[in-house]
Amino acid sequence: MTADAPTGFRYIGRRRRPKEDRRFVVGAGRYAADVMLPGMLHVALVISPHPAARITRIDATAALKLPGVRAVVAGDELAQATEPVFTGLDLPKMKRYPLAPGVVRYVGEWVAVVVAKTRALAEDAAELVEVEYEPLPHVIDPEAAMAPNAPPVHADHGSNVFYRRRFVWGAVDADFGAAPHTIAYRARWHRSATVPIETFGVLARWNPATQLLDVWASIQMPKFPDNLARALRLPGSAVRVHFDVDVGGSYGVKRGLKHSIVVGYLTRKLGAPVRLIEDRLDNMRGGDAHGPDRIFDVEMAFGDGGLVRAMKMRAIDDVGAYAGRAPLQLGKPVGAIVGPYRIRSVAYEPISVSTNKTPEEAVRGFGQSPTNFAIETGMDLIARKLGVDRVELRRRNLIRKDEFPYTIPSGSTYDSGDYHAVLDKVLVAADWNALMRRRDAARAAGRLAGVGLSCCLEPSGGNAAFEPLLNPKNETTTWMEGCHVKIDLTGAVVAAMGTSSSGQGHETLVSTVVGEMLERDPETIRVVHADSLGALPSNSPVGSRMAIMLGGAAAGAARKVKSQLIAIGAHNLDAAPEACVYADGAVALATDPARRLSWTQLVEIAHRKFHLLPPGMEPGLQATHVWEVPTGGALPTADGRVQMYPCYAFEAHVVYAEVDRVTGQTALRAYFVGHDCGVMINPDIVHGMTYGGIAHGIGAALYERFHYDGNGQLLGGSFMDYLIPSSHEVPDITIVDHCTPSPLTTFGQKGSGEAGYLGAPAAIASAVNDALAPLGLHIASLPMTVAALGDLLATKDRAK
Amino acid sequence: MSQHEIALKINGETCTARVPARLTLVDFLRETLNLTGTHTGCEHGVCGACTVLLDGQPVRSCLIFAVQAAGCEVVTVEGLAPDAVGMSVLQDSFCEEHALQCGFCTPGMLLSAHALLQNNSAPSEEDIREAIGGNLCRCTGYKQIVQAIALAAQRLSVANAPTADLPKRP
Amino acid sequence: MKAVDFDYEQPRSVAETCRLLGETGREARLLAGGQTLAPLLAMRLARPAVVIDINRIEEFQGIDAEAESVVIRACTRQSRALADPIVQSRLPLLAKALSFVGHVQTRNRGTIGGSLANADPSAEIGLAALALDAEIEARSATASRRIPIGDFFISPMVTALAPDECLTVVRFPLPQGAVGTGFREASIRRSDFALAAVAVQLVLERGVCRSLAVSLGGAGATPVKLTAIEHKLLDTRLGDAELAEAGRLAHDAIDAVSDIHASAAHRRRIAGALTMRAIAEARDEALAGRA
Ligand code: FES
Ligand code: FES
Repeated sequence: MTADAPTGFRYIGRRRRPKEDRRFVVGAGRYAADVMLPGMLHVALVISPHPAARITRIDATAALKLPGVRAVVAGDELAQATEPVFTGLDLPKMKRYPLAPGVVRYVGEWVAVVVAKTRALAEDAAELVEVEYEPLPHVIDPEAAMAPNAPPVHADHGSNVFYRRRFVWGAVDADFGAAPHTIAYRARWHRSATVPIETFGVLARWNPATQLLDVWASIQMPKFPDNLARALRLPGSAVRVHFDVDVGGSYGVKRGLKHSIVVGYLTRKLGAPVRLIEDRLDNMRGGDAHGPDRIFDVEMAFGDGGLVRAMKMRAIDDVGAYAGRAPLQLGKPVGAIVGPYRIRSVAYEPISVSTNKTPEEAVRGFGQSPTNFAIETGMDLIARKLGVDRVELRRRNLIRKDEFPYTIPSGSTYDSGDYHAVLDKVLVAADWNALMRRRDAARAAGRLAGVGLSCCLEPSGGNAAFEPLLNPKNETTTWMEGCHVKIDLTGAVVAAMGTSSSGQGHETLVSTVVGEMLERDPETIRVVHADSLGALPSNSPVGSRMAIMLGGAAAGAARKVKSQLIAIGAHNLDAAPEACVYADGAVALATDPARRLSWTQLVEIAHRKFHLLPPGMEPGLQATHVWEVPTGGALPTADGRVQMYPCYAFEAHVVYAEVDRVTGQTALRAYFVGHDCGVMINPDIVHGMTYGGIAHGIGAALYERFHYDGNGQLLGGSFMDYLIPSSHEVPDITIVDHCTPSPLTTFGQKGSGEAGYLGAPAAIASAVNDALAPLGLHIASLPMTVAALGDLLATKDRAK
Repeated sequence: MSQHEIALKINGETCTARVPARLTLVDFLRETLNLTGTHTGCEHGVCGACTVLLDGQPVRSCLIFAVQAAGCEVVTVEGLAPDAVGMSVLQDSFCEEHALQCGFCTPGMLLSAHALLQNNSAPSEEDIREAIGGNLCRCTGYKQIVQAIALAAQRLSVANAPTADLPKRP
Repeated sequence: MKAVDFDYEQPRSVAETCRLLGETGREARLLAGGQTLAPLLAMRLARPAVVIDINRIEEFQGIDAEAESVVIRACTRQSRALADPIVQSRLPLLAKALSFVGHVQTRNRGTIGGSLANADPSAEIGLAALALDAEIEARSATASRRIPIGDFFISPMVTALAPDECLTVVRFPLPQGAVGTGFREASIRRSDFALAAVAVQLVLERGVCRSLAVSLGGAGATPVKLTAIEHKLLDTRLGDAELAEAGRLAHDAIDAVSDIHASAAHRRRIAGALTMRAIAEARDEALAGRA
């Protein structure tokens, strides 16, 4: 089945209103900051003004004298009472605590917290906390940080390199030696992030009578309850995370573990509910939510026709002052290290470097978008070098439809795809030749115009194979997801999931899937977010995994319930289950459909009539299903080959851009994307995430950057100068769908939560470089801001 | 601390309160009145998440102090629907087009769009983009929002015509 | 991000405002539209002891056409000015500038006088006022005076207003003849602060430029009037060579700043190009008799 739209489904793939939308449009969403408890106290932060310093004295006397102030807590006290914050790499000497005990390592790092009756009072008091520092040498540039004599960010660790390994997969040197052509280039991806409009917020309440910590947080993080409990030295059974909190966008970064440790500690200390809602300055400085900050040095070896045989890639990632899960973002791209191309040997050297900057956190795509940009930059450079059309070059290199399943040198197998078909479709939709004519006409009129192209993959179905790959002490080989489905006595269906949502429409996903399986109208199916004490195992909506994993778990649970219904029906029809058919919730004899039990009858029997149940069957109608990631379960090989994620979606972007020769402003005037993520459960949701991912990619390509000056001060730390694209900067986007089902998933679905973002920066860079080509200019550094393009264009002015 | 008695109309209901001068209108709505539909994304006047109508005009409620709103009429997202159980045509159109994901920017978007439709019954795409240019959305890329506002305009014009039959998107 | 505690006053007249401002001993800030002051308060970059809210003063509202000028009172909202028929017909340059100011939501609160008194170097209203040779009226408890706009802007966020003075009115003289105006601005996103902006008003007489005013903002510490261009281009037909010369002069004349959004050199390049574009726009408009 490779049709445009899947057939044979009743609800899947059809345009239906998402379940969640109604509560949001009437203002009835319930976000972390909307949960308010009587007697709740508020936290404000005391932060470091230095990129590196020793704390020599903290005096909270004046702060504590302000009326309404309840406590001031600093690093030493908290560090004694809690375990260090979870770290993804094997770094026993790098300790990370929410409040710096003794040494600060970046501007904005939390030094102390003030708790008061209102946030305004807490801010008043925070200004009165006196902190004395003894500045230490600092390092901001990641390459400088790698030098042997660089100031150490963590003196105990002994080096600023957190991780470094050179993987070699295949005959790289031989392939380079045999290739007639090579190129070498550097691609720079500067620090930006997902920056949701909602900042991170958390409220916690300790109940001494029940010995239970209730937590309402704006969270999107795998194993958050376990990590929080461990840090607070509580059993997991004493922490209840409420996953029914709506999260106001995340796209990876909402991982406020340190925030949650702070309020968890404070509510236990003070006996009152405590909340910490970041303001935007808190969020950008010390929210520890910056994204990848990368330097790629790449070499490619290729033949006369442009077929790329081998690639060497060194990726330096500046993770900032501490390593959480973020450094693992160097590992995830291993699963698609050759992109959609038939490159047969690869050397990959990821280097995780520490500097005195705000720590990095997971960002949409988990390192894949920068990597895609680095690969696509090479594809365009090769086309330019050989004088081959960029489209043609990609056609020659793309994996062919008949080659799937296709195993890449790093050991991951791509499940399915038809890359050429998607590329062809988007070229038709965009009318590539017309775009070229438009470009040429604009050039003839003296303007800088370019057409951009990118082809790339969205690995999906988020597994944690990068954990054991980058940290051998971590033997995680499952990233399961669970779902519980029940039918109550009234015949109503309720499904429970075990994590929160940040806009992905999981309630729609689950209700659609369960409705499909049980042949019940999804409208009538309730989906709840169980709290962490009641929930099944979940690894949260990361890694573009929920359509696959939660969809699979929900389908599995529904299938079990359905077989219970069939068994009840068969038993009461005196037939074998195989002799019965299930249709619209009723069970009938295949040979005599008039003999049937209706949904109501089946439910009635299950709940009330034990005497009519098949022997040995549990009464009631409920089932749970916990699904392991398909293809998961194995550790990496010794040379680092691993199946990263199971399913691979493909996207091909075409964009037309004009660059103002004087001002350096880039305007995107036409945008098309061909997208194949297998079977779409809800097309509006998939399309919405794709549009949004492209908008986010436009930000990363043109506008967004966390700048640092040489003194380690963050420039661009508010919405005044961290520039998120508005409705004016995002053009009208056309999506062209294609469907190659995944053979690994229940309905043929693949993931799409990172769609758009993975290819947009590369495509926009391609367009800008096409526009600059007549001037002989090239830029391989994102974002291509007005400042960067302006100064680049100025170099051609003088010649004029 | 300077405290002030204020009386104002919020979503049609009169309300009185005693507020500190430094309390912003958005904090007053959210923290004092528990009208949590209005959101804050920046508190420095850039993102538009806090947009409300003040005497019919869309404004940023993080840039106004509650005390300044004394005697004014404020409409928040909670006051957009015709009644407590329904949705306005605009709200319904947002659902129809899936013009949101996380929903955080949505209340501000709705109020900006509502104000646009009050003044312009047949807005062009450019008019719509201009009206929401001060409302940042990180989820949607704006496309479905623009479509939803256009759909609402179309529906409202049909609803005002003699035979009302709300169009669905083809 | 919460403001420091402050006292709040809501005077009902200009006289009362001036009296409050004259009270010594506490730092006061006038609160007009608040679109700049409120963020400064929220970030605690402004820490006044008292905030004097002048939004409820009738005398501060409105736009009047006089024989040879248009008078806009300080607290007139930007959105109202933008929609005002007098502004649209008689002060087309101000109307053009206003469409670049913020967003509809901020224009609904932001005021004409507030923007001027705030003296943000990238603000469009001050830039237009400079090209239009506006005059500021200021009052204190004891006196009132008129300040030519050329003397008004001192440095970023600093004006010629004394601490006890408030801006009451801005008066725009009306040009006579075949007027053309041009306003060009470059910013990163559509509504961001200007990296550079140029306002032009000129009068043509049978195709020859008889009066010309060019002001440039966003690039340096204050908006500046580019009088060298005015001298150079007067009595010409504003042909390509003259425009190029104007661009060069603008490029060289200004004292631009560098920041993360653009280098000083880049700002100068933009300023030069925008100057050419804005003069051309104004010239073409005057020739078309659109003014
Ligand atoms: S919260 Fe008011 S504009 Fe962002
Ligand atoms: S829907 Fe999430 S920010 Fe707009």
